[in-house]
Amino acid sequence: MKALLIGESREGKLLESTYELVGFARQLGADSAMFLVGDPGRLPGYAGKLYLADVAQAGEYQPDLHKKLILDAVEKENPDLVVFLHSSYGWDLAPRVAVRLGVGQVSEVIGFKEGGFELGACNGKMRRAVKLQGRVVVTIQAGAFAAAPAEGSPQVEPLKESAVSLVEFAGYQPPEPKDIDLARAEIIVSAGRGVGKKENVEVIAALAKALGGELGASRPVVDAGWVEHSHQVGTTGQTVSPKLYIACGISGAIQHLAGMKKSGFILAINKDREAPIGEIADVLVVADVLQFVPALTAKIAG
Amino acid sequence: MKLLVCVKQVPDLESRFKPDPSGQWYSETDLAFRINEYDDYAVEQAVRLREQLGDAAELTVLSVGPDRVVEVLKKALAMGCDRAVHVQDPAPHLKDPWQIASIIAAYARSQQYDLIFTGFQSQDRGSAQIGPTIAELLGYACTTTLVGFSFADGVVTATRELEGGLKGVVKMKLPALVTCQLGLNVPRYPTLPNIMKAKKKELETVPVANLLQEETRIATESFYAPEKKGGGMVLEGDVTELVNRVYAILKEKTPALRQ
Repeated sequence: MKALLIGESREGKLLESTYELVGFARQLGADSAMFLVGDPGRLPGYAGKLYLADVAQAGEYQPDLHKKLILDAVEKENPDLVVFLHSSYGWDLAPRVAVRLGVGQVSEVIGFKEGGFELGACNGKMRRAVKLQGRVVVTIQAGAFAAAPAEGSPQVEPLKESAVSLVEFAGYQPPEPKDIDLARAEIIVSAGRGVGKKENVEVIAALAKALGGELGASRPVVDAGWVEHSHQVGTTGQTVSPKLYIACGISGAIQHLAGMKKSGFILAINKDREAPIGEIADVLVVADVLQFVPALTAKIAG
Repeated sequence: MKLLVCVKQVPDLESRFKPDPSGQWYSETDLAFRINEYDDYAVEQAVRLREQLGDAAELTVLSVGPDRVVEVLKKALAMGCDRAVHVQDPAPHLKDPWQIASIIAAYARSQQYDLIFTGFQSQDRGSAQIGPTIAELLGYACTTTLVGFSFADGVVTATRELEGGLKGVVKMKLPALVTCQLGLNVPRYPTLPNIMKAKKKELETVPVANLLQEETRIATESFYAPEKKGGGMVLEGDVTELVNRVYAILKEKTPALRQ
């Protein structure tokens, strides 16, 4: 089996997540080649063939052009799998490539199952298995496959295509300035949708304070405007690994889990015993957060 | 200007799921269905554009599924869509995203829409394929995961959500398709007068067989609950007792409470 791995670069730098693609191919036991729109002066540590288009010409977000370049690499390499990360780059580009190749796509693979792939469903509560026949386009879940170490130098095969663009990239908007750096926090207490309303965030913040930790939040809580974005934990917020993570009323969407599953000790409080957060929690307390959390805070305060 | 927004009806994700007898999808028994959350943002954005353009625009909402999806079409009409299309399909869950996108593209091709809105992904299947696949089939400009949208002088300006808080700004001419991320706007609740008005709006029904020309490319082999990983402790019972146990665990196993 042969896999063409679609690497990513952003703001001129290779994204470390590219090495998760290499890890995926190794776990699968597949031969691989890599495709990258990147800087020829900063090559990935990868001992294999690298189809490289110069980012100075091809841009970082030119999906129609990148699609054409990938189709060129597929024609030369003839892979069984074309593998993207399930990222803002990958989920945007993979379906376009699949349509042009006339093949199916499997989104957000989390593992291998019975000769095929395992995927999440229902926001991580269920699983789906698919079998593969012929060529397939795949996106893999960020963080699901351990990154391979960066080692070796690639044999570069340059690719070039005439410009084609239905979209014009007008630049990046930097993240909003952070009032806190969750990545450095040793204790994080996070509020999820289960807290019910904005006023109840205070209850979670009080526990964070009693423990000398920081307040975190899941995406729905931030989208609803209950907590500032700088507190958001997850793939679109901050990735954290505190010694203690307390998830209050957080069901455990994949994007949230990816941002905190490396925490040292995970305590989850949720009234749903089946909530996916329970899969990675060291302790799941099945309770109403608004009853349990204030009682725990009171106990800590003595 | 012709606008289309595509919506899916999904179960409440707080529900408990179990496989159906086919073993390929979840059983619908005891599930309450509602609009896919991402699509709620797509409808709101499409309605806002419809309001901005006034009578120069017509906004159609489309859903593929069994008769129950009429409920979400009615909601979208009450939010401000002008007309609805129900692609009647008793078993959309047995079709892969490629087929669903092909069905929508087949309908859209006959209508020559200028701008199409979809949700970024569905909450139950979560493939994130439908939008970009429709765009590719129609040859439209496309960008995904919008957290900002504006339209002026024939140009869409979209703000995409990237990783780690970074955003990217993209400009596109029509025809185009965008997929909408959570938090793009604040979706409105339909008001009672608008719910009444929606009852008079056109609802076209199209049998899926009229639009389906493609075979499944990726079939689901099995659908199941995740294996429970050992190790995680589950505590239940009286709150005071729970607090005492958790306090002891935190003291023993974590650096908290060790001053």
